[in-house]
Amino acid sequence: MANVFTRMGDWVNERAPNMMPAYRKHMTEYYAPKNFNLWYYFGSLALLVLVNQIVTGIFLTMNYKTSAAEAFASVEYIMRDVEWGWLIRYMHSTGASLFFVVVFLHMFRGLMYGSYKKPRELVWLLGMLIFLVLMAEAFMGYVLPWGNMSFWGAKVIISLFGTIPVIGGTLVEWIMGDYLPADATLNRFFALHVIALPLVLLLLVVLHIAALHEVGSNNPDGVEIKKGPKGNRWDALKPADGIPFHPYYTVKDLVGVGFFLLIAAFIIFFAPTMGGWFLEHDNFIPANNLATPAHIKPVWYFTPFYAILRMIPSFLGQAFWGVLAMFGAIALLFALPWIDVGKVKSIRYRGTGYKVGLGLFVLSFILLGAVGAGVTAEVIPEWFGDVDVTFWENLFGRFWTLVYFGYFVFLWLYTRLGWETTKPVPERVTTHD
Amino acid sequence: MTKRQLLMKHILLSMTLALGLLMGSTQVLASEGGAELPSAGVNLRDQASLQRGARLFFNYCVGCHSLQYQRYSRIAEDLGLTEKEVMENLNFTGAKFGEPVISHMPEDQAKQWFGKAPPDLSLEVRAKTADWVYGYLNSFYVDPSRPVGWNNTVFPNASMPFPLWELQGVQTAVKKPGSEEVEKLELSQPGRMTPEQYKQASRDLTNFLAYVAEPAALQRHAYGIWVILFLALFTLLAYALKKEYWKDVH
Amino acid sequence: MANEVVDHGRRRFLTATTSVVGAVGVVAAAVPFIKSWEPSARAKAAGAPVMADIGKIELGQKVDYAWRGLPVFVVRRTQDQLAVLPTLAPRLVDPNSEVDQQPSYIKGPDRAIKPEWLVVIGICTHLGCVPEFFPQIKPEPFDPNWKGGFFCPCHKSRYDLSGRVFAGVPAPKNLQVPPYHFVDDTHIQIGVDPKEAG
Repeated sequence: MANVFTRMGDWVNERAPNMMPAYRKHMTEYYAPKNFNLWYYFGSLALLVLVNQIVTGIFLTMNYKTSAAEAFASVEYIMRDVEWGWLIRYMHSTGASLFFVVVFLHMFRGLMYGSYKKPRELVWLLGMLIFLVLMAEAFMGYVLPWGNMSFWGAKVIISLFGTIPVIGGTLVEWIMGDYLPADATLNRFFALHVIALPLVLLLLVVLHIAALHEVGSNNPDGVEIKKGPKGNRWDALKPADGIPFHPYYTVKDLVGVGFFLLIAAFIIFFAPTMGGWFLEHDNFIPANNLATPAHIKPVWYFTPFYAILRMIPSFLGQAFWGVLAMFGAIALLFALPWIDVGKVKSIRYRGTGYKVGLGLFVLSFILLGAVGAGVTAEVIPEWFGDVDVTFWENLFGRFWTLVYFGYFVFLWLYTRLGWETTKPVPERVTTHD
Repeated sequence: MTKRQLLMKHILLSMTLALGLLMGSTQVLASEGGAELPSAGVNLRDQASLQRGARLFFNYCVGCHSLQYQRYSRIAEDLGLTEKEVMENLNFTGAKFGEPVISHMPEDQAKQWFGKAPPDLSLEVRAKTADWVYGYLNSFYVDPSRPVGWNNTVFPNASMPFPLWELQGVQTAVKKPGSEEVEKLELSQPGRMTPEQYKQASRDLTNFLAYVAEPAALQRHAYGIWVILFLALFTLLAYALKKEYWKDVH
Repeated sequence: MANEVVDHGRRRFLTATTSVVGAVGVVAAAVPFIKSWEPSARAKAAGAPVMADIGKIELGQKVDYAWRGLPVFVVRRTQDQLAVLPTLAPRLVDPNSEVDQQPSYIKGPDRAIKPEWLVVIGICTHLGCVPEFFPQIKPEPFDPNWKGGFFCPCHKSRYDLSGRVFAGVPAPKNLQVPPYHFVDDTHIQIGVDPKEAG
């Protein structure tokens, strides 16, 4: 048996001599820092969710009907008439939300440990592109069930392009292929959602990982292990603080996968709608172009950006300032490696100002999410009684929008003007679990 | 208010909001929907209640409302009924056993009578929540100003007459003094059921509609626990494996 | 560091156990996806048993019913037609219905629950065309010695009035008999065995 495998291996090697070394390069001979902590699970988990989305997505297309007249009923057909269709659908819908949970945490890890800094700017940029494409992918996927939130979500998001001066109106019609989100819109979104964007996404993921493996992973200490001493028990020339990715991080990631699947299974089997956060109540009503849902809002993972959009008033007769701010909020993340010029990577050795700044930034993101999801509009009258809800909500939202953007301004000044007092970074990584 | 006071008030409001939001945002959104609703207390495992609810639905609701995604055969399978029981006691529409529940009310006539066609109720509980449906069924009152003579505090100006009145009786609204706002509902004419019996009946009906909104919930709950136990075993093994390999790492 | 002993046995055991449990998980997770290809509740409802009212079918007449999208021939055979059946055995491929093309309760030259009533799926066992009905015992262009039966226009396969295939034609097997049972004298239900019906 072993002999057969060896011969098969030889057969492949003769014809593709670079394939085996590629595997070694990325698995057994990829030396990762040995001090990865909890935050380093989310990269492999994102890959797991991506695979889940592709597999369940393929099976959903087998019964989904791409037509405004049939889409909603075909989803219910999957939920009721197709054997195990409900499981496949919930795996896909839960996966979509968990994708963003994992990606947000993965990005936060990058912020915390300075993983976007030199020499990993390219890794960061590719990652941000993945995030951007993922948002487009999620938005179009959300439209497909053709529920009332699908319809109105599509209408509102597409209308954003209508605020662009001069060409806005024409652009909106071009995107929809109609005068409102309709059959044509649904069909093109389906094509983009199931084939175009997944292809782009896969390509970007490959590039993201390839770029990472060129420079090597960062770690919670922000120490470059390649610059440290050489020689470990596996290889005399490799970094002393590195361990082979396989088997050490494959078995470790397996534990992460186990925990993650436990949480995912709990949601899928016991709370697939997550109380209206993952699957919204109004989306169980078929699309109706004459009745806007009372609480129109995007799914939770878009709400921080949606809040920024809502908080910016129109100005000089133009509405695109809010759109500009919303895209700016994402664009600034792209530019992060050049905004933060501090020499120290990891939060462990950075100044107090950085820690407070990052904390406030994360808080602003969460609270803007709450504003965008309409939580503030519910809570303000409940807690403060008879007050002007819109006034206070706007004040609250604008304050935290300022904090969000303020973080980048602060970071720029803080590092460029040399206000930051850092702690000495150790030569070697410190701890591992 | 001076600018300074405004700023102070704003900061205070922001801080309180921030703290509260971090703690309890889920609960807030779950209770979406204006008026305080009583808890429906649905329980899909209570098969007897589901059966009673089904009987109520097919006696009082199916005249106007369809369950277009729900097959009679699935009701039999999930509610522990035989084909014969379903076809004789529930199916009054003449549909085949494998066909979905479609009301016989002609849509154009319904529009004429009620102003709009009665909605399909397959997904009502998922769209509005069980508490809403239960609250709705308990909040009808006589209102001569409405075309069908009935109004509802949970869904004001609903265009639906209240066929369950013969069970619950007739409720009348007690208005707040000097206002059109309804303060509470009073039973002015008793029905065939006591208030407690009617509560249970409307709970059964809500329970049945909750089942219809997602029949897969029965399967979800049945399989979920085993999946989680299996994954727990896998995670434990993976953890032991990781511990073992990581003995190499110092 | 290097002098520490690795417990290879334990390592192998844990690797094997985790792999096996993981593999079981993957296989179990694949089951719902494979099962999702089975006929859905809608397909099952559309393919539900069909009730055929045979009270008005006259002697020698054939009526078609659709069951699971297939044409089901119901033929009320005359005494003459039935009398011919046993004599055809030497010319047939499978005169005693030994190949699995019918439920176990369908036996003998008449291949029926009640000899008078033939119930077969009208799909030629060669390439799936629908055979034509030639009930008369008289010479036909395709067979001078015709004793009544079915003739497939596609590739000239011939069957007798029990749906048994003649030797020397392209079709390999007898016409299939669906499960069915008599509800009463004038109704048969296609798709349900007598045993299931109780």
